[in-house]
Amino acid sequence: MSDAKTNTEEYLRMYSQMVRIRTFEDNANQLYLSAKMPGLTHMYSGQEAVAVGICEALKKTDKITSTHRGHGHCVAKGANFKEMFCELLGKEEGYCRGKGGSMHIADQSNGNLGANAIVGGSMGIATGSAFTAKMLGKDDVTVCFFGDGATAQGILYEVMNMAALWNLPVIYACENNGYSEYTKTAEIAAGSITARAEAFGIEAFTVDGQDVLAVNELTEKLVARSRKGEGPFFIELMTYRYHGHHVGDINREYYRSKDEEKLWKTERDPITKFATWLTKEGIASDADLAAITAEISADAAAAVEYALAAKYPDISEVDQHVFVA
Amino acid sequence: MREITLSQAVNEALAEEMRRDPTTFIIGEDVAEAGTPFKILSGLVEEFGTGRVVDTPIGEPGFMGLAVGAAMTGTRPIVDLMFGDFIFLIMDQLCNQAAKTHYMSGGKLTAPLVLRTNLGATRRSGAQHSQSLHALVAHIPGLKVAMPSSAYEAKGLLKTAIRDNNPVVIFEDKLMYQDKAEVPEEEYLIPFGVANVKRAGSDITLVGTSSMVQVAEKAAEILAAEGISAEVIDPRTIVPLDMDTINESVRKTSRCIVIDEGHQSFGVTSEIAARIMEQSFYHLDGPVIRMGAMDVPIPFSPALEDITVPTPEGVAANARKLMAGEMFNG
Ligand SMILES: Cc1ncc(C[n+]2csc(CCOP(=O)(O)OP(=O)(O)O)c2C)c(N)n1
Ligand SMILES: [Mg+2]
Repeated sequence: MSDAKTNTEEYLRMYSQMVRIRTFEDNANQLYLSAKMPGLTHMYSGQEAVAVGICEALKKTDKITSTHRGHGHCVAKGANFKEMFCELLGKEEGYCRGKGGSMHIADQSNGNLGANAIVGGSMGIATGSAFTAKMLGKDDVTVCFFGDGATAQGILYEVMNMAALWNLPVIYACENNGYSEYTKTAEIAAGSITARAEAFGIEAFTVDGQDVLAVNELTEKLVARSRKGEGPFFIELMTYRYHGHHVGDINREYYRSKDEEKLWKTERDPITKFATWLTKEGIASDADLAAITAEISADAAAAVEYALAAKYPDISEVDQHVFVA
Repeated sequence: MREITLSQAVNEALAEEMRRDPTTFIIGEDVAEAGTPFKILSGLVEEFGTGRVVDTPIGEPGFMGLAVGAAMTGTRPIVDLMFGDFIFLIMDQLCNQAAKTHYMSGGKLTAPLVLRTNLGATRRSGAQHSQSLHALVAHIPGLKVAMPSSAYEAKGLLKTAIRDNNPVVIFEDKLMYQDKAEVPEEEYLIPFGVANVKRAGSDITLVGTSSMVQVAEKAAEILAAEGISAEVIDPRTIVPLDMDTINESVRKTSRCIVIDEGHQSFGVTSEIAARIMEQSFYHLDGPVIRMGAMDVPIPFSPALEDITVPTPEGVAANARKLMAGEMFNG
């Protein structure tokens, strides 16, 4: 693994952020399976090193835009379990007062401009956010998360063209998890994904999305360069989703083999890989890591319990927020 | 008679028409092996192959535009748009291109395609997967719009749509895919522009579209128990719209409520109510009442989502007010 962060505290924070995402998702999945969560949701499990490696290179006022598979981005950018679970359950204390739900969580306080249920729907928003930073002379950088499937949307090419023309501080982060819904990436993407960005003169990189340090190191560099006006940049992060496309996608062998899933989970798991590295380098012991995990599990359990008991918004809220008051 | 689900009815209609006409093909996201997230198209790729059940990348404007061009040059595309909400992405191809081709070419070109998509809230899918956007499409001259209210309608209307030489948009209610209805084994088509009187009545007319037909029928049951006789009409297509049947009913009952799941303002209910007012004004004993989805983005929280759409109880309450000659204000 490459070296990015240099002190124990930062390493352990990255570790615990990844564990927090995994734990959040395991709980969300349980809520679905036990029929306590309204609707469906898309699990981020397996992709943790992407969100954490990137968001740990950002400051609070930097912005991100997220996707339908957005819980990981939200946690990594600093969100709390309690408000997130409340949102997933449609409760008043959720980040969006229950109006958004899993696919629309936004956490304005930490610079998360929101998940998006339209594939490709946030590409314009991210680019506009970078435009604001440039226009108002702020040094904020925006990261636009999207999947491999989203590269088929034409808007990506429209905004990359503008971002490149105007040197906007935006990083397009393509999480290539090998699938868009029930279709392999190779069947929906012609040619090379990074070459598309390069055609606009945008520097593009491919990185192992299961290696949190590699992701972080690259992002740190690109963020620093973006702040100096050298953006935009494009990163393709090779990763894998552990669950089905959504929590209800359980019988999926017709498009993805169990062997393939097992390989990624056992040999390329971003959390296990990083744990091994941390112990080998003597940064933490197995017991230290187990303690982190236990504390996070307890936090999540408490947040779930809280959210289940929390109240729904009053029905008078239904027509609030259609327009700005 | 046998009963099948709305999903099976759609599947049968597609299979029958694709067997009949080799120029038809299905195009959309995850339509082949996956058979769409709703599993509506399962089995079709096995019969017709990937050349006629075509999986696309996630680029709705692209495959919609491709379908328009294909339709203009001798094929009959059946486009699958996974959620009705994505219609905003394809508006140019649908409304500027497909809808106007025949007219702008002075009748020389045609774009005989079908766009199958869906509508309907209360599935806890959030604001971008719950909209009922048929009014937007109905507003554009050159597009026909069908709104099946059951498996029976879904099959008969889809077969007619595929044979129509115009672009046709069909909105299926995504909450009704597993609902069963009687569907004959024998082939049948349902003509466009012919409303169906689902239930006869004499005191009040309830016009409903898509799943709101069920809401109207349930309201009629509630009202019947109270001695109010409601007639329920399903227009089946909103473009063309069978005003003759609606006018005939309203002139008999003298009262009317129009129910539709699109947002209430500037929507289908307003259009139908206005036409009734213009055409049957002197037969009315009260204002024509519109009931649509609330004018808010569909909220995720179940506590809020459920109150945004018309319910049988709500329809019955308005019917009682109409019967009593009470005022409606705002
Ligand atoms: C415009 C639009 N088209 C289709 C969909 C349905 N859909 C939701 S997620 C998805 C696949 C997205 O794949 P990818 O971008 O690779 O993200 P992943 O799910 O792998 O994280 C599709 C087709 C959608 N939500 N929005
Ligand atoms: Mg993907």
